[in-house]
Amino acid sequence: MWDYIKLIALGLVAVLAAIAANYARDLPYMVNAIEIMLAAAIAFIWVLRTMGGPKPSESEYFDGVIRAGVIATVFWGIVGFLVAVIIAFQLAFPALNFEWAQGYLNFGKLRPLHTSAVIFAFGGNALIATSFYVVQRTSAARLFGGTAFGWFVFWGWQLIIVTAASGYILGATQSQEYAEMEWHVDWLITIVWVTYLITFLGTIFKRKEPHIYVANWFYLSFIVTIAMLHVVNNLAIPVSIFGSKSVQVFSGVQNAMTQWWYGHNAVGFFLTAGFLGMMYYFVPKQAERPVYSYKLSIVHFWALIFLYIWAGPHHLHYTALPDWASTLGMVMSVILWMPSWGGMINGLMTLSGAWDKLRTDPVIRMMVVSVGFYGMSTFEGPMMSIKAVNSLSHYTDWTIGHVHSGALGWNGMITFGALYFLVPKLWSRERLYSTKLVSWHFWLATIGIVLYAASMWVTGIMEGLMWREVDSQGFLVNAFADTVAAKHPMYVVRGLGGVMYLTGACIMAYNLWATVAKQPRAAAASVAAVPAE
Amino acid sequence: MDYHIFREFADSWAALAMLLVFVGAVVFALRPGSRRVHDDTASIPFRHDDKPACSGGGCKDGCCKDDGATL
Repeated sequence: MWDYIKLIALGLVAVLAAIAANYARDLPYMVNAIEIMLAAAIAFIWVLRTMGGPKPSESEYFDGVIRAGVIATVFWGIVGFLVAVIIAFQLAFPALNFEWAQGYLNFGKLRPLHTSAVIFAFGGNALIATSFYVVQRTSAARLFGGTAFGWFVFWGWQLIIVTAASGYILGATQSQEYAEMEWHVDWLITIVWVTYLITFLGTIFKRKEPHIYVANWFYLSFIVTIAMLHVVNNLAIPVSIFGSKSVQVFSGVQNAMTQWWYGHNAVGFFLTAGFLGMMYYFVPKQAERPVYSYKLSIVHFWALIFLYIWAGPHHLHYTALPDWASTLGMVMSVILWMPSWGGMINGLMTLSGAWDKLRTDPVIRMMVVSVGFYGMSTFEGPMMSIKAVNSLSHYTDWTIGHVHSGALGWNGMITFGALYFLVPKLWSRERLYSTKLVSWHFWLATIGIVLYAASMWVTGIMEGLMWREVDSQGFLVNAFADTVAAKHPMYVVRGLGGVMYLTGACIMAYNLWATVAKQPRAAAASVAAVPAE
Repeated sequence: MDYHIFREFADSWAALAMLLVFVGAVVFALRPGSRRVHDDTASIPFRHDDKPACSGGGCKDGCCKDDGATL
């Protein structure tokens, strides 16, 4: 019965997408409609060919979708880091904005591609895959919704990535940072995200453990808050249902405030709460001891949830935003420092009594450095939100350095740690192919981040000071182009840091592939226990 | 019902309610006698690593042997 409904729905989507492609008023819309049509047609054939198959057993975890998520995380990670390196060198050497690719592959087009690829494709896949792993294990229950919900979330998310990326390159953007997707992709995101919420909540509802483990609280707050932020910030009216262009409902300073309420809470809930869910599961697992203080984790959770939502206005200091709003944002950002460090201490102290593992286990080293970077960027962030500091740092490369010490250090490293933990488990291999390669990855990534952050501090503070330098007559000393010229050496260093980080990720990809391809399966007992699905 | 009424409510009763919920959550977490529950909850990741817990229906699918529920 369900299979027939699925077939009808997929067939309808394919036909409607074909009609939309035919009537399309612009190229990105047409390309996106064709992509959706193809995806629906392929899904139709897949459902048709697998209908009436055996029902999956409730006594096994649904790991197939997690394995796919792990592969997608590695793939999109490398794509995102590669685009990052390209645009870093485009800034250092403007000639790399090739004349023949103008309007398609220049910095302005590739930059949102990079941010969306690393945040939503790499980070999003990592969050979806690990949340499905963690919620099943800590609920002692199979993922809710059979295999259909899990696979719909996974493939729906990949379709969103592809439609958003091709839209950016062809010029569909609503020009809101980290929310560049146009209205039709926003609808797709909403549908997939609601399914994700139902899948996650459904699994929690049928849990066999009496309590909900703290990692699930963080994952759930991430899913719920992102849903709210996404819907409110993307309130827009399309010019035509057959075109990608839309008009924002909010305008002026209201739109700016909504955008940075979205933007900062995307950092707070996508890149912090979700990844804290990872930390609270994978650090204890890898250290083989429970979290340092469960009480602290509860206080950490509620304090973070109550405070983060207020911090957005610090992105709009000294703008048309009312003073009280920007002061409120600043104060809340500074208070936010405390719960952040509470979480950092909780993660680090989980290793108390097992510090020797740092010497022998490069995976735990990666997780510890990740939590360390979390602590560093959650100190730097509140400091930069103070108006006096912000008057120097805002619009400079310092901001970019801050974002990347959080993204590369905290998000990247905890994800790598989780991937190194997950791959041997999911493919039932006894251990990783090579811990030596993990060490290589660790050092390349760490030194890469240090090069990146240090060079951005230098250029950020330098250009901030150059912009405000006035002579004895009160005239500005430097033209904008002077700061651009002065930043060149640091831009090259930043690019090299990116190359090291990318190289580390490629080493990881090889190591994970070799773990599956070249390592023997784990001993028979544990093979029987880990269902191969 | 215009912006100002919402605004008045938001920075008086709503702010107070949120503060009380937060303080309540912290006090509840730190309540005496919570340690046993928290120790048990903190050890959830170390059970059921390989397969879900049984659904009370006995030993169907052999799920009850060594589900690690008593770690």
